[in-house]
Amino acid sequence: MFGFVVRRFLTALLTILLASVVVFSAMLAVPGDPAAIILGINATPEAREVLSRKLGLDVPPVQRYVQWLGGVAKGDFGESINYQRPVGPLIADRLRVSVPLTVGAALLACLIAIPLGIFAAVRKGTAWDPLITSLSQLGAAVPSFWLGLLLILFFAVERRLLPAGGFTPFGQDPAAWARSLALPVLALALGQAAVMTRMTRAAMLEVLNQDFVRTARAKGVARRAVVLKHALRNAMVTIITILGLSLSNVFIGSIVIEQVFALPGLGRLALTAIGTRDFPLLQGEILIYAATIVTLGFLVDISYGLLDPRIRYS
Amino acid sequence: MRRASGGGFSLGRLNLYLGVLFIGVLVLAALVSFVWLPYDPQAMNFASQLAKPSLAHPLGADHFGRDLLSRVLMGARSALYVGFTAVGIALSVGTLLGALAGYVGGFLDEVVMRLVDVAYAFPAILMALLLAAVFQPGTLTAMTAIGIATVPIFARIVRASVLAIKEREFVEAGRALGMRSPRILLRHVLPNALGPLIVQASLSLAVAVLAEAALSFLGLGTPPDVPSWGNMLRESQSFMSMSPWPALVPGLAIVWTVLGFSLLGDALRDLWDPRN
Repeated sequence: MFGFVVRRFLTALLTILLASVVVFSAMLAVPGDPAAIILGINATPEAREVLSRKLGLDVPPVQRYVQWLGGVAKGDFGESINYQRPVGPLIADRLRVSVPLTVGAALLACLIAIPLGIFAAVRKGTAWDPLITSLSQLGAAVPSFWLGLLLILFFAVERRLLPAGGFTPFGQDPAAWARSLALPVLALALGQAAVMTRMTRAAMLEVLNQDFVRTARAKGVARRAVVLKHALRNAMVTIITILGLSLSNVFIGSIVIEQVFALPGLGRLALTAIGTRDFPLLQGEILIYAATIVTLGFLVDISYGLLDPRIRYS
Repeated sequence: MRRASGGGFSLGRLNLYLGVLFIGVLVLAALVSFVWLPYDPQAMNFASQLAKPSLAHPLGADHFGRDLLSRVLMGARSALYVGFTAVGIALSVGTLLGALAGYVGGFLDEVVMRLVDVAYAFPAILMALLLAAVFQPGTLTAMTAIGIATVPIFARIVRASVLAIKEREFVEAGRALGMRSPRILLRHVLPNALGPLIVQASLSLAVAVLAEAALSFLGLGTPPDVPSWGNMLRESQSFMSMSPWPALVPGLAIVWTVLGFSLLGDALRDLWDPRN
């Protein structure tokens, strides 16, 4: 097991390192002088010179990359041009919105999808299965941001039950915090739940069709126990993947949802950074997103190894 | 619960027919938009601002009084254009990479698969953020971003097919007959991957259309002056309290399209799956 974890860890680290090269070299590919682009056409040569030095453009790219990466390893992502503040704390501040949004939506999606998927699989051959399958097919086709607009229309515009947008920090008013996140979480979770329901159903069906399930039934184990103990435990590997995948999907989906609900999260920060050509901020943000996705993938693989010995020894 | 009847009705068949129907209507809508539109999709008419559906405007009008039916038909064009180009990029690059990795193997395989891992770290929206920062946000960057983000899936499918087949007798026979590698790949190995590739292309089209809409909604896709479904949704947001139609119509068009491609992909997979 230890060797397996180390091997997967090194692969994940290599992937993040390569991702950082992608993010860094993308900024090198900006046509023209970044300082001139950021400052606009009216900038004086002196101002461009100062910004160039601040961006480290007077240093050769490889050296600049090593410096940047060295900083990143210590949590120093450089300084945002637009906000005139270090990128790290800026991102950390926005995570207070994006993390509860992402985790809340992923958990809600699992709470809906896993029971529903198991139910559909167990009830295969009845009308429940095609009903759930069709609904989840439909749900997966609904864009989360459109669902967000519909929820705003229904709950905020017509009924004024929940706010249509904006964010209240938890420390200020926990109830208002929950209310400000309710619709965004719902909008993000439902589509993801639809995708995951189908995956859970497929995973359960695969296990339920195996011989050991029939053996368990034949020797008189109750149906409920077979499903919950034997089958679910074997389907867990797939379900863990689904959870990891849904966290990744929802994290990326939050970029769009934050825009719909005017939530001051990481996604909005990135969009502003594109508008203001704030390259240091964007580099930091995109690397955080990519590294999170790789890390989630790594955690999923590790839990595979824990749940299924066949994987860790192969 | 009642048991569903055994034979006769099959959900798989229904999926296939529905998928073909949905995509057929969509393609027809896009084609029709080239020869006929009820109104100029850009023409503002302040007399019909936020009009409800009526005989004059079958789907209503937006905040500038622009006809929603005309705009949603134009949007079908953007969606299909971006979707097919992006999936085209992913299909060609992914097939090439996957075939090389699987057939040549060894170090090249290792390198390609590491690149694929890295590409997985950049989903379409993230890739689009990156490209939009470097170049200008627009249709080209959106298509490229969605395309690159979709490459890994195709590369993996083709690589797996190649690995499964390259040691089989008929490939060996080809080699014994003196066929060159590219010919063996094209004539014997790739045709075996065709089924899964078509299925994945259909499913990826669904994802690409969703991504295009999201990017346009964020202002990172189709330029704001071109009617695309994502653009229409973004513009509708400020006027939702006055009229829901500008928000409902493009959203339903997206659902229709995504559902069509995913039904089609699922149905084809079930149809071609030897286990069924």
